[in-house]
Amino acid sequence: MQLTLDHDRIFGALGDATRRDIVRRAIDGEEGVAELATHYPMSFAAVQKHVAVLERAGLVSKHRIGRRKVVRANLEGLRVARRLLDRYEELWRERVERMDQLISGSSEVGDR
Amino acid sequence: MTVTAVRKDPSSRTMTLEAEFDSSPERVWQLWADPRQLERWWGPPTYPATVDAHDLRPGGRVDYHMTGPEGDQPRGFWEVDEVRPPHRLVFRDGFANEDGTPNTELPMTTARVTIQPIDGGKTRMSIENEFPSVEAMEQLAGMGTEEGLTQALGQIDAILAEERDQTP
Repeated sequence: MQLTLDHDRIFGALGDATRRDIVRRAIDGEEGVAELATHYPMSFAAVQKHVAVLERAGLVSKHRIGRRKVVRANLEGLRVARRLLDRYEELWRERVERMDQLISGSSEVGDR
Repeated sequence: MTVTAVRKDPSSRTMTLEAEFDSSPERVWQLWADPRQLERWWGPPTYPATVDAHDLRPGGRVDYHMTGPEGDQPRGFWEVDEVRPPHRLVFRDGFANEDGTPNTELPMTTARVTIQPIDGGKTRMSIENEFPSVEAMEQLAGMGTEEGLTQALGQIDAILAEERDQTP
């Protein structure tokens, strides 16, 4: 199944702590919305709304297991979001390493 | 360890990196303010940077190009917004066409650099990178830099290991 990922939605959806937590639980969890709702100090309806936002962003989807419906994370959506920031982290880590080399090197030159 | 903290916030599209250097804020500032120093760390070993113009004042511009292994020369520029030596630098980094004019099809990222002295004669530098939109991040991430970065990382590790071995 190839989902078209709406990246602004993904980032918007992940901007909320409760929703991030729901995604975390949905990665290995086999919980439905009702079970998820027991983890948070808010109403079932509020949790249901959070799940709906995550669903629209393609970050989770509901799967039927027998008579139950469980919420599962869509890992591809998560990976896209993280990958982008990871690459910039890598770029700047490298630059900082080179800066550090320059600074250490120049102090030796200065001693001469 | 040079890099002491990294914060990634997908919702505000920012990546903040903090590093500590064993030197003064003035020395760290030089890395940005001296074009000859800047070109020694801005580009990876496979794409070394050459700074063509360097006007580090609010409203000023920095022009640079990088030279790749095939002789390709991608160009870029900064639009400088804020300069407070040796503590603060804010600029937008963009891509340029061959003739040096801004490439408006590609997004610009904002970099906010803060340099502060800390205990033990050290200096903390923080760089906050902000992307204008998620599309911008996608576009920049998809520009084929990943292989280059991984390669560069390997090379740097090798160089660092050598230098460490040589240090008495």
